[in-house]
Amino acid sequence: MTEVTDAAAVEEPRPERMTWRDRLGRAMGGDAWTIGLAVVFLAAFLFTLVLRPAYGLEALAIASLPIAFAAAGQAIVVISGGIDLSIGSVIALTNVISAVLLMNAPELSVPIVLLVLLIGALIGLVNGILVVISRVPDIVVTLSMLFVWAGAALLVLPTPGGDSVEWLGELIDGGFVIDLVPRALIVLLATVGIVWIPLRRSRLGLSLYAIGSNELAAFRSGVNVARTKAISYAIAGLFAALGGLALTASTGVGQPIPGPYLLLSVAAIVLGGVSLAGGRGGLLGPIIGIFILGLIRADLLFLGVDSAYSTVIQGLIMVVVVMLGAYLTLRRKAI
Amino acid sequence: MTADIVTARDRSAFAAARAVMRDQPLVPLFALLALLVVVLQVAQPGIVTASWASGTMRFAIPLAIIAACQTLTMLTGGIDLSVAVVASMTAYVMATLVSDVGWLGAALVALVPAAVVGLVNGIGVGVFRVHPLIMTISMSLVVSGAVNVYARANIAGGTRVPPEITWLGGQSLFGFLPTSLLLFVPLAALILFGLRRFGYGRLLYAVGDNEMAARLAGVRVSIVLVVLYVISGILAGTAGLLYAGVIGSATGRLVDPYLLPSVAAVVIGGTSIFGGRGGYAGTIVGALILTVLTTLLNVLGMPEATRQILFGLIILAVAAAYTRLTAGT
Repeated sequence: MTEVTDAAAVEEPRPERMTWRDRLGRAMGGDAWTIGLAVVFLAAFLFTLVLRPAYGLEALAIASLPIAFAAAGQAIVVISGGIDLSIGSVIALTNVISAVLLMNAPELSVPIVLLVLLIGALIGLVNGILVVISRVPDIVVTLSMLFVWAGAALLVLPTPGGDSVEWLGELIDGGFVIDLVPRALIVLLATVGIVWIPLRRSRLGLSLYAIGSNELAAFRSGVNVARTKAISYAIAGLFAALGGLALTASTGVGQPIPGPYLLLSVAAIVLGGVSLAGGRGGLLGPIIGIFILGLIRADLLFLGVDSAYSTVIQGLIMVVVVMLGAYLTLRRKAI
Repeated sequence: MTADIVTARDRSAFAAARAVMRDQPLVPLFALLALLVVVLQVAQPGIVTASWASGTMRFAIPLAIIAACQTLTMLTGGIDLSVAVVASMTAYVMATLVSDVGWLGAALVALVPAAVVGLVNGIGVGVFRVHPLIMTISMSLVVSGAVNVYARANIAGGTRVPPEITWLGGQSLFGFLPTSLLLFVPLAALILFGLRRFGYGRLLYAVGDNEMAARLAGVRVSIVLVVLYVISGILAGTAGLLYAGVIGSATGRLVDPYLLPSVAAVVIGGTSIFGGRGGYAGTIVGALILTVLTTLLNVLGMPEATRQILFGLIILAVAAAYTRLTAGT
């Protein structure tokens, strides 16, 4: 990743003196955005504690878990230059598959969890292969597959039902060592870390950024573009399956109608500093973005604001953030 | 491997098919539509009648108008994902105002917020250069929240779809021509003619084909885009009003399920999502195809789940066939 961004930086003519706008704009692509997000998150959390001193991170972490996995999966696809509109349906499908299997064979829960993860990755791989071989734009392919996977979820389980097992719920319920650190957060960071950190340091991770940054350049540098693209969707499918399992664990049932995960995952991408043009950003930003959105919702609730208003406010915050982000990128390009 | 054993004759037939697709993209679309109608008639003999055609058109017309927003924005390489919530909002606002200001006043007033949403989208996309997908998704969040707020404030007011709107959306002339054609034919003619002949219509293609070239040729791209998204908002609102007439009632989420079909109709109709290629005629046939397809899947007695799966697979298959056959040199 560093090689790619450095190469991009060398190509740009460097201005002799940088104004604060240039610095800010330049920092958008780097870690500064994530650090800024973390600061915003801490500020929002402190504000929440002022409003409601007893507020802990636990409820936030459990509620955000499926959406955070969706955001992580979406981020990987967007970094490699695609988009996955079907991610909400895949979460619903893996959610109902796990709930049905766990109801019928609770004693086999560990193999079932592994099987569901495998199914998620295979579903993602199907999406990716279709994008590659059909040559249809990724938006259209994943839009069509959104219907297919949503239908499949309804086939598996026409009405909400199924069951979970106890250890899954306990895995995300409560604190880790001390009560201040919620287990759900540890599970999230651990699973994302196990998948993402080795991946990003590998040749494949570099290829993901490369095809997102410039597909032709990546191809000419010897990257197998088709395979890398398909794998990016497979990893997104794996994360969607984690999201589905998290949903099973936290609600204890399978719900065949997908929640608003697509919208929220794209919102998190934007907030998290991942460029929709591809090749830029990481997974931590979008995950923090999801937590910030959750905190805002909680704050507005504690302030006694009607939930209808809070959707408007969340939307307006997104509009302002995307406009600001685009404006700063524009300034950077103009120089 | 298979390519090696294809005979020259086969290849020329394929090339001819490809040439037809490229020059006359509507021909295969009409063939597909006809095929679906034939299958429908076979599946349930006697279903294809004048009143069936009338009903199909009645449902296809609001979809075709919403898909017009998608067609126009996609021609510039954009997309407008706020159309469905804007349509729902317009229908709902109209239905709450009817008792106070009459049907025409309510319809016109209800189109104002639709245009404002379009304006904000346009400023975001055209001036601030936000990616259209993200801009319009964010705005749809704002709009759906705002509709809830409005509904909360209006809880005592109630809603009513006036008979004039119901007439326009849901009645027939001479027994089989849907009345909504009175609105749709001039509108579609304007879009079809405008895209070919008006300077603005050509600008949409120019911006979508090569924005930099258009800019260097003196096109004010930002103004073109702002106007485009305002038009899109107003068209979405119009579709919402018409759909309220078809259904005969209006809620804050009435048209929301039309979002993805509106994109699908455009894609089936052969407009490129990357901009610069396509047109509205294909979209109209695409909307008809989707409506007939939905009827067919219903008639075949399939459960909702299977219908959704087939719907998705067929859209993908048509899009893939199109991409293969029309792929240029």
